[in-house]
Amino acid sequence: MAIKTIGKHCKGCGVCVTFCPKQVLGLDALGKITIVDETKCITCKQCEMRCPDYAIFVEKK
Amino acid sequence: MEKLIEKYYRPRLPHIWCPGCGNGIVTSSIIKAIDKLGLDQDKTVIVSGIGCSSRASGYLNFDTVHSLHGRALPVATGIKLADPELNVIVITGDGDGTAIGGNHFIHTARRNINLTVILFNNNIYGMTGGQYSPLTPTDSKATTAPYGTLERAFDIAELAKAAGATYVARGTAFHANMLVDVIAKGISHDGFSLIEAVTQCPIYFGRQNKKGDASAMLKTQRDNAVTVEAAKKLSPEQLEGKFKIGVLHQSEAPEYTKQYQGIIDRAQKGAK
Ligand SMILES: Cc1ncc(C[n+]2csc(CCOP(=O)(O)OP(=O)(O)O)c2C)c(N)n1
Ligand code: SF4
Ligand code: SF4
Ligand code: SF4
Ligand SMILES: [Mg+2]
Repeated sequence: MAIKTIGKHCKGCGVCVTFCPKQVLGLDALGKITIVDETKCITCKQCEMRCPDYAIFVEKK
Repeated sequence: MEKLIEKYYRPRLPHIWCPGCGNGIVTSSIIKAIDKLGLDQDKTVIVSGIGCSSRASGYLNFDTVHSLHGRALPVATGIKLADPELNVIVITGDGDGTAIGGNHFIHTARRNINLTVILFNNNIYGMTGGQYSPLTPTDSKATTAPYGTLERAFDIAELAKAAGATYVARGTAFHANMLVDVIAKGISHDGFSLIEAVTQCPIYFGRQNKKGDASAMLKTQRDNAVTVEAAKKLSPEQLEGKFKIGVLHQSEAPEYTKQYQGIIDRAQKGAK
């Protein structure tokens, strides 16, 4: 499993953080997407599905 | 999604939409529907009007027309009539499609021409700074209604059905995967299809109406949407304040470009 984020595209809306069922994601000091604990990820892709800015992608491996 | 972006988006991201705007989500649902159906990219045309939502066409790697405010449907009708083999998809907003473009909307539905219309309903004119639209709920604040709107909103799905649309569905940005499904069904349907995509404008509708941030507005979509199947088991009281999602209406009627071909064939045989 791998989470890929694109900081350049992220606008810090927090949608992925809100709807991640496992608290994997957070926003950093600049308000950009950051991965808090990748080991908890269940690859449900809720974050990818609702990111309005195509700034997070999850690969099932 | 990453592969779909490479294939179907023009290399001009990030887009201009505000943080948390639902337009990016709805646009990705359209792309997933196109990919699911395996439409030929060179045989698919995307036409939009003017508005934040209508800017979606500029990000998509197809033959696209970013037309005039309210006039996406006449442009799309011309393209479809010129080459009925093309898949013609229309992207419009609640203002674009139901205010200035309202007349085109009812008459294009009445013709039952095989177009697929995805109407991004954020209940406001986003692009021009938050004026109310025919889909703004009663008693909402808008820059043109500082004391709240008086009018009742159209139910655009009911309007489309009454005007003659033969496929009518509704989805939301929250239920993005289900939205893919109802858009794909609309593209496959041979006739005029309307898909209302309920989406959030946190900046103008949200802020003026204290709806919270994008996450809060997505939760409202989640909490107020009821699937057509679930709605059947609920009483009118239980459905108060809710809206239905899924395929709301589907029927059969002659499709306009096929009827038009019939006229061409008759005329070429010299018949009157
Ligand atoms: C003929 C004409 N009249 C008015 C405008 C100004 N205008 C641009 S977008 C818009 C409203 C768009 O609202 P909507 O379709 O809901 O799109 P949104 O920005 O909310 O996605 C208006 C009135 C215009 N561009 N052209
Ligand atoms: S895939 Fe699911 S669990 Fe993993 S980060 Fe995204 S939302 Fe969270
Ligand atoms: S949903 Fe997308 S844009 Fe919003 S914070 Fe997450 S990664 Fe950034
Ligand atoms: S004004 Fe509203 S609709 Fe337009 S980009 Fe911003 S959030 Fe989206
Ligand atoms: Mg709008």
